[in-house]
Amino acid sequence: MNPNYYVVLAAILFTIGIVGFLVRRNALVLFMSVELMLNACNLLLVSFSRVHGNLDGQAASFFVMVVAAAEVVVGLSIIVMIYRARHSANVDNENLLRY
Amino acid sequence: MTTLLEIAAPTIEYRLLGPVLIVFVGACLGVLIEALVPRHLRDEGQLIVTGVSLLGALFVLWRTWGPDWRSVGAMGAVSVDGPTQAIWLLILVFALLSALLFAERRLSSGVTSFTPMAAAVPNSTLEREAAAARVEHTEVFPLLLFAVSGMLLFPAANDLLTMFVALEILSLPLYLLSGLARYRRLLSHEAALKYFLLGSLSSAIFLFGAALLYGYSGSFTFSVIDAAVATPTEHDTLLVTGMVMLMVGLLFKIGAVPFHSWTPDVYQGAPTPVTAFMAVCTKLAAIGALLRLLFVALGGSRWEWQPVVAGISVLTMLVGAVLAIVSRDIKRLLAYSSVTHAGFLLTAVVGASTMTTGLPVGQIGSAAAIVVYMAAYGFATLGAFGIVMMVRGVAGERNDLSAWQGIGRRHPWIGAAMTLFMLSFAGIPPTAGFIGKWAVFSAAWRGGYWWLVLIAVILSLVAAYFYLRVVAVMFFSEPATEVSDVHVVMPGLGTTVVIAVGAVMSVLLGILPGWIVDLAASASQLLR
Repeated sequence: MNPNYYVVLAAILFTIGIVGFLVRRNALVLFMSVELMLNACNLLLVSFSRVHGNLDGQAASFFVMVVAAAEVVVGLSIIVMIYRARHSANVDNENLLRY
Repeated sequence: MTTLLEIAAPTIEYRLLGPVLIVFVGACLGVLIEALVPRHLRDEGQLIVTGVSLLGALFVLWRTWGPDWRSVGAMGAVSVDGPTQAIWLLILVFALLSALLFAERRLSSGVTSFTPMAAAVPNSTLEREAAAARVEHTEVFPLLLFAVSGMLLFPAANDLLTMFVALEILSLPLYLLSGLARYRRLLSHEAALKYFLLGSLSSAIFLFGAALLYGYSGSFTFSVIDAAVATPTEHDTLLVTGMVMLMVGLLFKIGAVPFHSWTPDVYQGAPTPVTAFMAVCTKLAAIGALLRLLFVALGGSRWEWQPVVAGISVLTMLVGAVLAIVSRDIKRLLAYSSVTHAGFLLTAVVGASTMTTGLPVGQIGSAAAIVVYMAAYGFATLGAFGIVMMVRGVAGERNDLSAWQGIGRRHPWIGAAMTLFMLSFAGIPPTAGFIGKWAVFSAAWRGGYWWLVLIAVILSLVAAYFYLRVVAVMFFSEPATEVSDVHVVMPGLGTTVVIAVGAVMSVLLGILPGWIVDLAASASQLLR
């Protein structure tokens, strides 16, 4: 097993996440892109854990999962709050704050 | 494999970590109050719990203050050293003052700055009923305490995983708090969404950087990373990429250019007490974390990060100052001003010649300089936002600068206090801001970055222009007729205390800077 493949896969997933965050316009999809990035981090942590032969990375990935779950709670509540007020979750409509 | 599965029970230095633990327990008690205490008692209950836990944390910090106590605790996960304790002291004091702003009721005739019901659609019947029934979200106090506990952990984190978790603990309550404004709720929603999306993006980038450094060194602990940095391998790409991504995550929280774009929007949209809290405590925690990461873990590769941070520092000062000049809203102006201050703070981070204090003992090193600067900046910022809360129209605060015309003439004391804060921001002697600027510039100068100090001095003159413009608007322009609904409301005791403490400290630290400089210098040794 060559760990490089996993590292490259993690980097690709992370890049897809960033590109998704930058080009998509729905707040939910943006949020999913961030979750994809977090999961790419998890993959990277676990594969490095295998490379180094210690469990730090695997333990860390559990922390990341918990944090991601907490982030979902906060994030979805904010997005739902905005959807109820505007009937849209399009981030382009969020343009009141400028100058 | 059996050896891997043996898990030793961790030892935790409860007394040393007392401040963090007490604030966290206080936050949990606050949640219990929400669940168990009848509604009409919650407000007082939350205030008592918040005050007692912050004061208790300060008390424990005072009892454990000093070099004898300072050590790396919690199995190497948390480093309670001089800079940590000094930053804890400032965060706890500023959080206490912020809590007073949170509790302000007199300004909007008996209600807080927070929405009666966050789940209700703005202008709906539900919201009006909730407002009429004087329902309130007293949850803001536990949220404040949770954020404070994350902020206390953040600059003390001694490994990347603890740092990431602390980053999230401090961020998540702030995302919610910024969406809770009573007036202009759509702006507040938008601020919360922007802060949340960009914040979670930046923490994902931070995490990827942490994973890369773990791949490079095989550990999350800063001292192990430091040892790995000292022995070059062929995997330097991992180190440099990881370092850059970690810095992106932290510089976002500090609000440095080019990661500043959320700052003005979130500061403007969030309720003003929350803005004040964020502007001071988040920046303080994040600059402490950046200092520890760069000095303790990545001190060996400082030749790589010093020029980068120097460049970012120049950009931050420049962009913040220029955008502040063109802004027409006092909260936006203060937001850009906080961006500029982030740039000045970064000059101290750059000027690092030794990696324990930034400079030999007895001189004002980077860690001590940051503490002095943040003390000056924090008191002035809290006071200034306290005054921002007092200038009101028919629906909440009036933040546009046109509403501020002539306020200094009609209310000389308010004008004088705001002028004092502006002078302190601008760094004009004999205010506290001057001492702060002197501290960070001398740290950068002794680190060999004289050109950076030169640029910073020139840019602080540019920044002085927009601070003085606020003073000019308050004293030298006549109020326009169409803003006649503007009035300055006299605040309750809490906000008065915040403004008074801010004003007194802005003068005191400027006239008698010796004790804060001594205090910071006695607490400037970063432990590894």
